[in-house]
Amino acid sequence: MQMKLIFQLFLRASQLEKKRAALTVAAIAWGTVAILLLLAFGQGLKEQMMRGRRGMGENLAVIWPGETSQPWKGLPAGRPIRPIADDVAYIRSRLPDAEAVIGEIHNWGTTLTYGKKTVTGHVIGTNWEYGEIRNHVPQPGGRFFNPNDEREKRRVIFLGNQMAEDIFGKEDPVGKTLLVNDASYLVIGVMKPKLQMGNYAGPEDAHAVIPITTFVGQYSRQRLNNLVIKVRRPEQMAGMLERFMEALASRYRFDPTDAKVFGIWDTVRSSKIMANVTVGIQIFLGIIGGLTLLIGGIGVANIMYAVVKEKTREIGIQMALGARSSWITGPFLLQGLLYTFLGGAFGLLAALFLVILLSLAPTEGNRALEFLGKPTLSLPIGIATAAILGLIGLLAGYFPARRAAAVDPAQTLRYE
Amino acid sequence: MNWPLKKNGRNGNGYGGSHDAIIEMKAIRKVYDTGKVQVEALKGIDLRVAKGEFVAVVGPSGSGKSTLMNLVGCLDTPSDGEYYLAGEPVAGLDRDRLADVRNRRVGFIFQNFNLLPQISALENVEMPMLFGGLPKAERRAKAESLLERVGLRDRQDHKPTELSGGQMQRVAIARALAMGPDILLADEPTGNLDTTSGGDIMALFSELWDQGCTLIVVTHDPALAHRAARIVEIRDGLVTRDTASPA
Repeated sequence: MQMKLIFQLFLRASQLEKKRAALTVAAIAWGTVAILLLLAFGQGLKEQMMRGRRGMGENLAVIWPGETSQPWKGLPAGRPIRPIADDVAYIRSRLPDAEAVIGEIHNWGTTLTYGKKTVTGHVIGTNWEYGEIRNHVPQPGGRFFNPNDEREKRRVIFLGNQMAEDIFGKEDPVGKTLLVNDASYLVIGVMKPKLQMGNYAGPEDAHAVIPITTFVGQYSRQRLNNLVIKVRRPEQMAGMLERFMEALASRYRFDPTDAKVFGIWDTVRSSKIMANVTVGIQIFLGIIGGLTLLIGGIGVANIMYAVVKEKTREIGIQMALGARSSWITGPFLLQGLLYTFLGGAFGLLAALFLVILLSLAPTEGNRALEFLGKPTLSLPIGIATAAILGLIGLLAGYFPARRAAAVDPAQTLRYE
Repeated sequence: MNWPLKKNGRNGNGYGGSHDAIIEMKAIRKVYDTGKVQVEALKGIDLRVAKGEFVAVVGPSGSGKSTLMNLVGCLDTPSDGEYYLAGEPVAGLDRDRLADVRNRRVGFIFQNFNLLPQISALENVEMPMLFGGLPKAERRAKAESLLERVGLRDRQDHKPTELSGGQMQRVAIARALAMGPDILLADEPTGNLDTTSGGDIMALFSELWDQGCTLIVVTHDPALAHRAARIVEIRDGLVTRDTASPA
């Protein structure tokens, strides 16, 4: 009975105020569009960053050599520690539970010649596991090098997609012979273009990779520029790095707690930080959107305050005729909720329309847009927005309704 | 008829009011706290009104008669004292209970009519029955017969702004009668009306009284006061005179 009565009273009241109601609904709709789009962009950015992080590979630690900073067992500080290609096998034996341990030797300024075309580029000698853990996925028709290539020191080369385009243009490089510092190599694969945020030796689409054994044979260099360790689960990383330090400390004789011996980029830690940053960005965007919505809500409350003020006398009359306070407040609460709900619904439709429109827009080739990702509306975003809308609607109705209920009929009825 | 005022208002049956007393007020005080100053609007009113009486409440402005009317109509609660409306104690009720009492027991008639401007005369008359929880068909039928009774059946779909002052007041009277109240409480009902319309309204009041309604009218209008059987005069928050009408 009560709800029905409140609803009847509400219907009676909402016949009026159409223009105001429309403006209010528009304000809420605008706020909803703002919050939804901001959150959608945040989500798109987050997904893009996650994809970018995966581009280099996950659960990696990248290690590069440095110098000791502590004297150790009679040896002075300041000794450079330089692991060599053969140490990889040793490290693997000491870290059997690591998913992969690989070494890299880099050669910048390498000349790569095909026919009359010569480019200068970056060539890396590394173990065959590199392809998998560093996400060098071959384009169809090609492959990364395998254990046999590495064992037999084959002259095979895997090209980054940008380098392949620089050298071969539109031609298919796979199966072609390429001169690398005047030694001929067979191109066995080209990397699939990938989104990548973060690298440690220049852009990966512009380098080429060869088996480490082949590299050592051609350049007679043993010293590693990088070691890369991949763990199976992120939480293994910290312990793994400690044991890595101990393993090399016993071989090269340095203090295993000396942090200057190796530079270490622990992507597990940095991706945790990154995840926090993206959450932070999303919260920030959400707050901005929420504030926009709040302004809409204040608009609703404001209009309803005006309605309460204008209707003070009518409220007083209704009270004198026996209306309970909830019959006075109920219609106002409903009105606040209805405006917010309608605004929210229109806003959602508009935001959906815009997101679909944006997802149709081409981002290919535009780095900024590619980095931004596609705005994505997700269920949590919808739920969060609905919750904020509901709260704002209730508040926008509650405060004016409270004022309405506080009307003193004895005061309002007597005088004009 | 002359109801002698009992000084302390007790009637000895210990029930709060005799069976035919509609209004039983004992030592009613009302103090308005305006921050620094406390204004004592009513200083101890004893008032008893029996079923079927027609009482005029008179007094200069500022005498406290408006305050008294608010208390009688349950729009406000006394600071002190006892008030039984149709045998029911009202002094300590909360806002919603007071609203129910007003709905069932009190029909208000105001100087400025206080009709809701956006709805028709018929819907105005239906309003108290809406709050009283009557089903739609019953509301409609009763509102129509009430408008018939005040002679406005042909104007039932007009908005208040389309009616004359006298017609608005008759709609207001129909509305006041809607829930079959124990008392009709009128505050200067002819104050905003010309002499002819005022006369019509007074005639209607007399008619209602004849039909058994209990009427309490606050008025400055001697013509209206003299239609009442009893005149209660309020001065400085006290009942100073309570007599049968000289008429």
